[in-house]
Amino acid sequence: MIDWAALTPTLIILGSAILGVVFEAFVPRGARRPVQVVLAMIAVASSLVTVVWRWTVVSADGPTSIAMAPDGSTNVGTFVEDGAVLAFQAIILMCALVALLVIADRTETGEGSFAASAATQPGSTDEREATVANLQQTEIFPLMLFSLGGMLSFGAAGDLLTLFVSLEVLSLPLYVLTATARRRRALSQEAALKYFVLGAFSSGFFLMGSALLYGFSGSLTYRGIATKVLSGTGMDMLLIAGVTLVLVGLLFKVGAAPFHAWTPDTYQGAPTPITGYMAAGTKIAAFAAMLRFLYVIGTGVQWELTPVLWTVIIVTMCIGTVMGLLQTDIKRMLAYSSIAHAGFILIGVSSFSQQGISATAFYLLAYGIATVGAFGIVTLVRETDAEGNILGEATALEKWQGLGKTNPLLAICMTVFLLSFAGIPLTSGFIGKFEAFTAGVAAGNAVLVVLAVLASAATAFFYFRLITYMFFRDPVEGSQTVASEGFSIVAIIACAIITILLGVFPQPVLDFLGEAAVFML
Amino acid sequence: MLSVNEAAFPWLTLLIVLAVVAALVLWLIKPLHKVAMPFGLSVSALIFVLFLVALTEFNFGDAGNMQLAETYSWIPAIGTSIAWGVNGMGVVMIGLATFLVPLVLLASWTDFEGEAESRASGFVAWILFLEAIMIGIFAARDVFVFYLLFELMLIPMFFLIGRYGGPNRQKAAIKFLLYSLVGGLIMLVGVVAVYVQGPGGPQGFLLENLAGAVSGSTSIQMLLFLSFFIAFAIKAPMFPVHTWLPDTTQEAPAGVSTLLVGVLDKIGTYGMIAFCLPLFPGAAKEAAPVIMALAVVSILWGGFMAIASKDLMRLIAYTSVSHFGFMVLGIFSGNSVAMTGTILYMVAHGVATGALFLTVGFLAKRGQSHKIEDYGGWQRVTPLIAGTFLIAGLASIALPGLSGFVPEYLILVGTFKVSPVLAIIAVFGVILAALYILWPYQRIFTGPRPAIEKPDLDGREKIVSGLLIAAMLFLGFAPAPVLDTVRPVAEDHAVVLLVDSEASVSGAFADDAATLVAEGSAK
Repeated sequence: MIDWAALTPTLIILGSAILGVVFEAFVPRGARRPVQVVLAMIAVASSLVTVVWRWTVVSADGPTSIAMAPDGSTNVGTFVEDGAVLAFQAIILMCALVALLVIADRTETGEGSFAASAATQPGSTDEREATVANLQQTEIFPLMLFSLGGMLSFGAAGDLLTLFVSLEVLSLPLYVLTATARRRRALSQEAALKYFVLGAFSSGFFLMGSALLYGFSGSLTYRGIATKVLSGTGMDMLLIAGVTLVLVGLLFKVGAAPFHAWTPDTYQGAPTPITGYMAAGTKIAAFAAMLRFLYVIGTGVQWELTPVLWTVIIVTMCIGTVMGLLQTDIKRMLAYSSIAHAGFILIGVSSFSQQGISATAFYLLAYGIATVGAFGIVTLVRETDAEGNILGEATALEKWQGLGKTNPLLAICMTVFLLSFAGIPLTSGFIGKFEAFTAGVAAGNAVLVVLAVLASAATAFFYFRLITYMFFRDPVEGSQTVASEGFSIVAIIACAIITILLGVFPQPVLDFLGEAAVFML
Repeated sequence: MLSVNEAAFPWLTLLIVLAVVAALVLWLIKPLHKVAMPFGLSVSALIFVLFLVALTEFNFGDAGNMQLAETYSWIPAIGTSIAWGVNGMGVVMIGLATFLVPLVLLASWTDFEGEAESRASGFVAWILFLEAIMIGIFAARDVFVFYLLFELMLIPMFFLIGRYGGPNRQKAAIKFLLYSLVGGLIMLVGVVAVYVQGPGGPQGFLLENLAGAVSGSTSIQMLLFLSFFIAFAIKAPMFPVHTWLPDTTQEAPAGVSTLLVGVLDKIGTYGMIAFCLPLFPGAAKEAAPVIMALAVVSILWGGFMAIASKDLMRLIAYTSVSHFGFMVLGIFSGNSVAMTGTILYMVAHGVATGALFLTVGFLAKRGQSHKIEDYGGWQRVTPLIAGTFLIAGLASIALPGLSGFVPEYLILVGTFKVSPVLAIIAVFGVILAALYILWPYQRIFTGPRPAIEKPDLDGREKIVSGLLIAAMLFLGFAPAPVLDTVRPVAEDHAVVLLVDSEASVSGAFADDAATLVAEGSAK
């Protein structure tokens, strides 16, 4: 017996994705793009609404297990619906909604961030013809919806098999999307291949861990494993190894060191709107899944896991900050910044407390919104050639000089996002850091918190360096901002407003998360 | 713990909101950009007047307690509320800040002539925003809000230095930012831990709920104390974390340096008194000897470095390092006379150093340089500038009758009672002071008249200098009102460090000393 109503948010997204594929086949070429954009937006927005509806149900009736045995008595596991699931789904959908606006945007000349025809060979005649004909690769919308469906179910998975399927559903479309950049296509395809190979590798770790956990407990559901953890089976080594290997798979997805190597290359090579989307969405979904996995099963081996987690956190923060200092490309800089953030978020995760859950959720919301906004701005700052023709994105930091003079609005929004990343008060990033650090100190990890504040002081250097470029230097030749159809700027301004609002009035969100941050078995 | 008297009217909120709104309006409404300076000056003057009006509700007889208090729930989930309130120390610090801001704007009046209008309006808007933060910091009764404003203050300063400073302004802005941020973030760990160790709850960050309620072993208390103290020591620049200050003032515009050293750096000493002492009395007592020794090193180091400085802005920065040494010495001596002296010194130093920075700004506008070697004989070119520089300099080297004398005397007397050795070493700082002020004066202003014609102070600059000199004379001849306002605070806070002498005795002694000094300087 399946509680279909509880699955609505995910079903809407996956159903629309399938509908999108059908539209690809039957809708005439000229109408495809508007149809796909509208469909995707309606899907994400209505999914968000149903999440709110499910929250009213869950807060009234309590959490449920979605799949039950036919007689309705035993709990199969598989999928759960509780406050934490809905909280993370809401955060993912909010980020996806703004990310979708950036993805759907094109310049006034109708040029999007995606290749006119991703199947053509870079530099070939076919490619030129497709570009001249201004073809649109509209499959990106169903692909994005598929990966979004995977993200939504990733945090709700209650057994390792569902978790793995969700992982693949979220990853495979992203591998494809990474390869679809309009410019520097060879780099984009290389990035996608790297992402795919390393992703497959980490899936291997994940599966091996699942197998070991099955060997330990004879079950794949969290509930079954957790029961065995409590009663003990005398095979603790299997448990420790299994949990660690599954954790490796998840750490790969959040981009924590030493499993971060794909992040800078993929972030740089992927089409920028996709970078923003996956930087936010994948990280939120993977942390949601990691929290559930660690808090339900990992608590049994918390003691043994601590050194692993500490090492990962410290190495992640160090690599994120030190490498971030050296970057001259804005997308790579934001990639290393996201690695550093993964380290800060892990401090909240490793506190193993209810506060840790809500702190992590708030941090992810703050980080996700600011990330989508920041990458949205990157799509609008372009290089120009000697004749003033607009080329690709100006990702070199030097090209951002004087943006405060040429386009104050974008520069101010970027500053808001950078201040939020740096954790300056009155932005959402500050409250997020504060929450995560409080959870860390309360759990007795003050040493980690001290290292984290030193790391965030170092990261502040490269955020503020970009601010000095934008505001204290004169504009340089060879870059300008482009006007677009307007989706991006709406998304960027919305993100900036949310970033400030969450910094000034975080109370309602904190209240909601405090209430929602409970995992059911 | 101290009682809190709620305000009948939200004066402090009004002042802060007024400054923020004025800054936003000026930033967003283009037509106002033409009249940015007059607009900023009138708003800041209005704020000063409103503050004086607000003081009519302040009971000076009860200056040791928090008054004009307001408390609003803000983020109960993390235990913070927007809570304002001032005691005697807060009153004089807000008074100093609101007094200096209009003067700084008046002094910078023509700095942006011939440049884009948006530059002047940006400057004024950032200054007004900074003023709101300064008032908020000195009025904050909630540790979280204090911390938040402490960090937020970096943003206007960063832009003021980075956009309006000298040739190396970008480096200076980044250096300033990173130093302050490191200090601030270390404090963040302390702020988080204080809440965890404190009583908690939706108002767990209120100072009156936290004071005396922070639990933990001696070593935890010491670490917490240090996390706050290091941030304040960087801000108040103490040896060895003072190096950002000279680099910053060298590049920052004179008006910004005035506010930076005159008011913002005082947040360091203010924080030591208002937060370190009541929150961690045990640790403060334990650390006091080391801190006092470092303070004496600061006094001498700042003095020597000032003598060696070739750049006037750096020189003034180093004199401030030396003066901040005196203040910190007074705070941790545990003697209420010295503490009274410290709080008075915070005001006196703000006025005198502000006058020095602004005068050098006037001079540099004419001579196009901060370097001492580029000048000589300017007394004959610009006698009024020379005179103002001399008076401000003498005030900062504690000539009787000017603002610096009473507080420095009180600090030395108070410290002598606790630690004669340190007091005697600190006295050498006074001797160095004579050197670092009079020697540059000689090199810049005396000598044969150079073959240049430059206008002396105009009417606007005369008003600025005149008001500052009046303030210095007031603090020199009639410090009693200020002393009476801050003494109860000093007595309350010094008591936690007291070893054996009785508070009441030293309080009476402060009275005597103050009267004595006031009479002496009147003669």
